[in-house]
Amino acid sequence: MQLITAVIKPHQLDAVKEGLKSVGVAGITVSEVKGFGRQGGHTETYRGAEYQVEFIPKVKVEVLAATEDTTKVTDAIKAAAATGKIGDGKIWVTPVSEVIRIRTGESGTDAI
Amino acid sequence: MRWKMLTGGGLAAAGLLLTSAPAFAQDITIEVVEVELLDRFSGTAVDVAQTVILDNIFIFLAAVLVFLMQLGFALLASGLTRAKNSANMMMKSLFDAALGVLVFALVGWGIAYPGGGGGGWFGFAGFGVPGLMDPLPALADLGEDFYPLSVSTDFFFQAAFAATAATIVAGAVAERTKFAAYIVYTILITGLIYPVVVGWQWGGGWLAERGFEDFAGSGLVHMTGGVAAFMGALIIGARIGKFGPDGKPRAIPGHSMALAMAGVLILFIGWFGFNPGSALQADMSVPIVAVLTLFAATSGAVGALVMGWILLKKPDPSMSGNGMLAGLVAICAGVGVMEPWMVLVTGFAAGLLVVVSILVIERVFKVDDPVGASSVHGVCGFWGLLATGIFVADISFSTQLIGGLAILAFVAIASGILFGVLKAVKLLRVSPQEEAEGLDISEHGGPGYGPEMLTPLPAGVSV
Repeated sequence: MQLITAVIKPHQLDAVKEGLKSVGVAGITVSEVKGFGRQGGHTETYRGAEYQVEFIPKVKVEVLAATEDTTKVTDAIKAAAATGKIGDGKIWVTPVSEVIRIRTGESGTDAI
Repeated sequence: MRWKMLTGGGLAAAGLLLTSAPAFAQDITIEVVEVELLDRFSGTAVDVAQTVILDNIFIFLAAVLVFLMQLGFALLASGLTRAKNSANMMMKSLFDAALGVLVFALVGWGIAYPGGGGGGWFGFAGFGVPGLMDPLPALADLGEDFYPLSVSTDFFFQAAFAATAATIVAGAVAERTKFAAYIVYTILITGLIYPVVVGWQWGGGWLAERGFEDFAGSGLVHMTGGVAAFMGALIIGARIGKFGPDGKPRAIPGHSMALAMAGVLILFIGWFGFNPGSALQADMSVPIVAVLTLFAATSGAVGALVMGWILLKKPDPSMSGNGMLAGLVAICAGVGVMEPWMVLVTGFAAGLLVVVSILVIERVFKVDDPVGASSVHGVCGFWGLLATGIFVADISFSTQLIGGLAILAFVAIASGILFGVLKAVKLLRVSPQEEAEGLDISEHGGPGYGPEMLTPLPAGVSV
């Protein structure tokens, strides 16, 4: 089992959600996060004075998947989150040793 | 409807003794005015100068309440839209007042009050506000038709109305309109479209000659703003994500129901300047109009609560708030001639109507009006005109209908051309990226709410 984490542009969330649904993903976890990457923040102004906003708003999407579904999920996120402009984000995959569904007690891939 | 009558001799007198205006004393030919002003109720004589001063001060205070409505509209529109556009909504309310007043003073006033001529459809008395610095009302008309307001009092009140007509549109085209486009349409609405409509009735034009009744402006102010709002929302198109791929509308909740409701209740207070002030003098009709306005607002809120609960299964806050405004908009037309039961029916029906029309505009017409301005001001403004014709025996229904249709047609065509041209020259709408980021940052350089927790301190500063 794998945990697929993606940090994306906030307004691409809807497209990513729909893309994941279309490849059969049954649930995701989403959080509003801030950070910087190569995009390096952006400049805002207040009374004409510029200030650098280094941490810019992003959305973090977390998806659990069976190992054989990993590529399908990452491809779906990649296709939906891409705008071609700087700041589209990243996807990374980490191994997961156990998953348990609290209500039923199911574990492993049955719990995904 | 004249509540006070001037009787007695000396009608040709050239001056009023205004003891409270010593600064102007040397400019005024003071003659003792041999007129009696009789109180309509007691029949006793009242002091002319004091009555005129009272009329002018009352209308000044009423106008201040109408300007307070700008704050109501600002909070309502900002609360019902997303936080990323809050500074933009506030900027628009600020410049509805700023641009609206200046443009109305420069050209709008001369079009709204052309002083006859032009066939009653369009007239222009000239630029500016003639007689603005004259402290006295027009004393040549001393007599039955005596009009107690000085030009400055009259302009102050009417300029507040022009700013109101302008502010209605901003909510309907919220979250996607370029600020430059907003400036262009605000100038043309307060400088041309609104004054032309006002000239038809309050300026003594063709509607006034036909016995059209629109006491405080259900049609002239609210319908004008509401129809322009609908055309703007129609032409600019929906916000990104408002309609799904299947065409079904999706909710884009506003960022603060608390701000929106505060806006509604401030508008509710402001309306006690809007309607009672439209008597244009301080007389005993004022408290009656105030109570009828109160009845319309409250029955409108109850109407929308009922209809919202039936159709949406919950007592809906934004619908209920819009219901209160719908009742207020609808009663502007007939509040000077209606009995209390007529007011209650008109207000309650407006509350029912506003919920249904918001849903129809969104689900059937597929037009994205984030705050429901087209329904509140356009649909319920029209309903107010018709209700006055339906309930009040002395008012012709067909005249009310013709007046409403004329306003609808003129404003729809004029604002349609306006927004169509803005769209054609690509000035109307921000880019999808700017819309996604929010207009606060893309149009004004920074967020409306802030500074954010993670915004760094300037270099060299530590805590």
